[in-house]
Amino acid sequence: MVEQSPVTGVPVLEMSGIRKVFPGVVALDGVDLRLQPGEVHALMGENGAGKSTLIKVLTGVYDIDGGQIRLAGQDVHFSGPLPAQQAGISTVYQEVNLCANLSVAENILLGREPRQFGRIRWGQTRRRARELLQRLDLDLDVSAPLGAYSLAIQQMVAIARAVDIDAKVLILDEPTSSLDASEVAQLFAVIRRLKAQGVAIVFVSHFLDQVYEIADRMTVLRNGRLVGEYRTAELPQMELVAKMIGKDLATLEDLEQQPRETTARIERGEALVQAEDLGRKGGIEPFGLSIHPGEIVGLAGLLGSGRTELARLLFGADRADEGRLKVDGKAVTLRSPRAAMNRGIAFSSENRRTEGIVGDLSVRENIILALQASRGWMRPISRRRADELVGKYVKALDIRPADPDRRVRDLSGGNQQKVLLARWLITEPRLFIVDEPTRGIDVGAKAEIQRLVAELADGGMAVLFVSAELEEVLRLSHKIEILRDRRLVEELENTEAVDADRIMQTIAGGQSPS
Amino acid sequence: MSKNLLSHRLFWPFAVLVLLLVLNIFFSNNFFRITVHDGHLVGTLIDIARRSAPLILVGVGMTLVIATGGIDLSVGSVMAVSGALACLLIGDLSDPHSVAGVLGAVLLALLLCLVLGVWNGFLVSVIGIQPIVATLILMVAGRGLAQLITDGQILNVSSDPYRVIGAGYFLALPVSVLIAAAVVLIASLLTGRTALGLLLQAVGGSPAASRLAGIQARGLTWLVYVIAAVCAGIAGLIYSSNVASADSNAAGNLIELDAILAVVIGGTALTGGRFSLSGTVLGAVLIQTLNVTTVSMGIPVEATLLFKAIVVVVLCLSQSPAFRERVFSRRKPALTKEAAA
Repeated sequence: MVEQSPVTGVPVLEMSGIRKVFPGVVALDGVDLRLQPGEVHALMGENGAGKSTLIKVLTGVYDIDGGQIRLAGQDVHFSGPLPAQQAGISTVYQEVNLCANLSVAENILLGREPRQFGRIRWGQTRRRARELLQRLDLDLDVSAPLGAYSLAIQQMVAIARAVDIDAKVLILDEPTSSLDASEVAQLFAVIRRLKAQGVAIVFVSHFLDQVYEIADRMTVLRNGRLVGEYRTAELPQMELVAKMIGKDLATLEDLEQQPRETTARIERGEALVQAEDLGRKGGIEPFGLSIHPGEIVGLAGLLGSGRTELARLLFGADRADEGRLKVDGKAVTLRSPRAAMNRGIAFSSENRRTEGIVGDLSVRENIILALQASRGWMRPISRRRADELVGKYVKALDIRPADPDRRVRDLSGGNQQKVLLARWLITEPRLFIVDEPTRGIDVGAKAEIQRLVAELADGGMAVLFVSAELEEVLRLSHKIEILRDRRLVEELENTEAVDADRIMQTIAGGQSPS
Repeated sequence: MSKNLLSHRLFWPFAVLVLLLVLNIFFSNNFFRITVHDGHLVGTLIDIARRSAPLILVGVGMTLVIATGGIDLSVGSVMAVSGALACLLIGDLSDPHSVAGVLGAVLLALLLCLVLGVWNGFLVSVIGIQPIVATLILMVAGRGLAQLITDGQILNVSSDPYRVIGAGYFLALPVSVLIAAAVVLIASLLTGRTALGLLLQAVGGSPAASRLAGIQARGLTWLVYVIAAVCAGIAGLIYSSNVASADSNAAGNLIELDAILAVVIGGTALTGGRFSLSGTVLGAVLIQTLNVTTVSMGIPVEATLLFKAIVVVVLCLSQSPAFRERVFSRRKPALTKEAAA
C-alpha cells in the first residue's frame, strides 16, 4: 500500500491512477497527486522518476492513457496546454521559455495584452507589467528586451507571467536552479504570498533544503510509480532521499562521504595550466591561476560573478584580450575551443541544452562528437571503436536508458549531463573544466558525478570544478578560488579550517581574516 | 510491423509517388512498358528517371547545404553558367567532336562552378552573411555571367561527345541517370563513411554546442556550398547537353525551388540537422513524376501549376504529424472543461 498523509477539505486538484505510456516505456503507472488550496506541495523523485511527465500531463501537454484528473471536484480532460491554462493551471518551466528579443512587458503579457479595437494598448501593457513585477518586488525597465537581464531575472519574469494568469494551481519546475540565495528568498516570499491567497503550488526542486524550507507536503515518485505522500515535517531529509532512490540509508551516507575521503592532499610539481593576468573586458578582470595534474580546483562565487567567463577563457571559448596563458610552461594563445582541445583541455558547459548536447543526434553520436571533431571529418571513428567507447561510458556512468541509438533530446537532464561528460572523457583530457555539472540533476546522479570527478583527479587528471553549491566545492576541491563581481578575489587551500561560512564571507564581500 | 512501415519517415511521399504512378495507368497506355530500342531502354519510366537527373543532382547539394542550416538559391544560375561556358568552349574547338576537347571544356566549366561555390561559401562562412542573402547575390549575378558568356544569345553546339552527357546511353541506360546515381552514391559514401555527415548534422543541429565540441564549422560550411555548386554545374551540363545548346535564361530556371521542395519532401528540415539523401532522391523523382502526370492526364497547361500546388499541399499535410493525428486518430475528440470562474 502506498502511504498517504491525512488531508482535510476538498482538494483543488486530484489526480488518481494516472498512467502514461510512451513507445516501449511506461512513464507513469498508477500515480496520484492531491493538491489542497493554499499549500506548497513538493513533487520529489530522481531524474526519470516521472516528475516531468506528470507535470506535462497536468498541464495538458500529454494525454493520459489511464486514470482521472479532477479539478475542484469535477472530472476534466485537457486537450492541450491552453485549456489547462484557462482552467487555472500555470507553469513555470525549468528552462526559461520566454522570448529574449521581446521586451519584459511583452513577455509578461504575451497573448493577453490589453487591447482596444484589436489594437494593443502599449501604455497599459507596460503599466500592468510593472504592477505585476512590483508584486514580486522587482524593479525592472519593462521596455528593455528580456535578453538584457540575467537568467535569474528572466526566471522571475516567467513567474510574473504565470502569476498574472488567474492561477489556481501554479507549477514551479526547478524555479531556483539559476537563482542565488537572495533571489531564492525573494521567490519564496512570493510563493508564500500566493499560498496565502489560496493558490496550490507544485514545487519541483533538487535542492532538498529549499524543499524543506517551503513545502507543506510532498509526493514522492520512483520509476514512474507513486512511493507515497507525506507531510514535510514528518519525513526526515535522509529518509526522503532513501525513498527517492530506493536505497537504504547506510548506502546513501556511504555515497555522500566517499568523495571527501578520496580527495587526499596532492603534491604540486610544474603547473599544467597557468594563467597570468589573463582577462577579458566585460567578462572577467585579469586573474592569476595555476592548475596542477591530479588537482581539483573549485570555483566558487555567486551567479554572474564571472565563474563561467573564467572557465571559458581557459578553454578558448572566448578569447582573452590581455594576459598570458601557459600550458606545460609554454605560452599559448587559445583562438578556439579546438586549440584548447589539442592541448588536452576539455570543457563541459553549464548550458547543457544549448551549448552541450545536440538534441537531434543519438547518444552515440553525441558521445563521439568531440573526439571526432578533433580527428577531422576525413578520419572517422570506426563503428566498432565507437560502440566500444560508447558502451564503456554508458556503463561506467550508468546512462539510462542504455540505448546508444536513442535521441539525446529524449533523455532526462541528469542523463544528458552524463552523455556530455562521456563526450569529453573519451577524449582523455588532461584538464577537464566542468561548469555546473550537477545543476538540476538528482541526488543519486549528483553523488555519482562527484565521485567520478574525485576518481578522475586520482587518476592524474586536473579538474576545474565550477559550482554554485558550496558544499560540493568544499567536498571535492584541493584548492578553492573565490570570485566576486567578475574578479578572482581569493585563493584558499581547502584545509580543515575552511568551511562554507568562511567562503560565504568572502563571496559576500566581508573582510577576510588572513 | 505494418505500424513500423506506416511511421517510416518516407512512407507518405513514397505512397504519393506510387499513387501518381498508378494514376497514370488510366491516362496513358503502356505507361509501365519498357522496351529495348536500338539497344537502349525506352519507356515513360525511363523518361522520368532521365528528366529527374538534374533535379536529383541539384537536390543532393541542396540537402547538404540545408543540413547545415543554410540554403543555396544560386543553383539555377550556376547551372546556366556551367552550360554556357561548356558550349562556348566547345564551339571554339577546331574539332567539336574531339573527346579530349569536350572533356577539357566540361572540366573547365565545372572548375568555374567550383569557384562560384567557393564564393558562396566564403560569403556565408567567412564573412558571415545569411545564406539566403549571400546566395541571392549569385542567383542574380550568375545569370548575368551566363549571359555575358553567351553574349546574350542561345549558343547551339553540335558535338557528339557532348551530346552523350545528357542524351547518351551506356549499357542500355541513360548516361544522365548514371551520372546522377554516381553522384548520389559518392555523396552517400562521403557523408556516411566519413564523419562528414555527423559533423554537418551537429553544426546544423546546434551551432553553439558544435563549436564547444571543437567542431570548426567554417570549413564544413564552406565545403557544402562548393559541393552544391559543383552538383549544380553537373546538372547544368546535362541540361545543356540534352538540348544541345546553352540558353542562359531557361537553364535551371526556378530549379532552386524544386530542389528545396525535393529536400523537404525527403524529410530534411529547413532548420538544419538531420538530413536524408535518399529522401531527396525520392522527392526529386516524385516532383518529376508529377510533371509527367499533369501532361499524361491532359491537364490544360494553364492549370498545371495549380494541380502541382494541390498535390504538394496534400503531400506536406500527409507529412505533418499534427495533421495526421487529427485525421487518422480514432480517439474521441478531447473534451475540455472550462474552469468555473
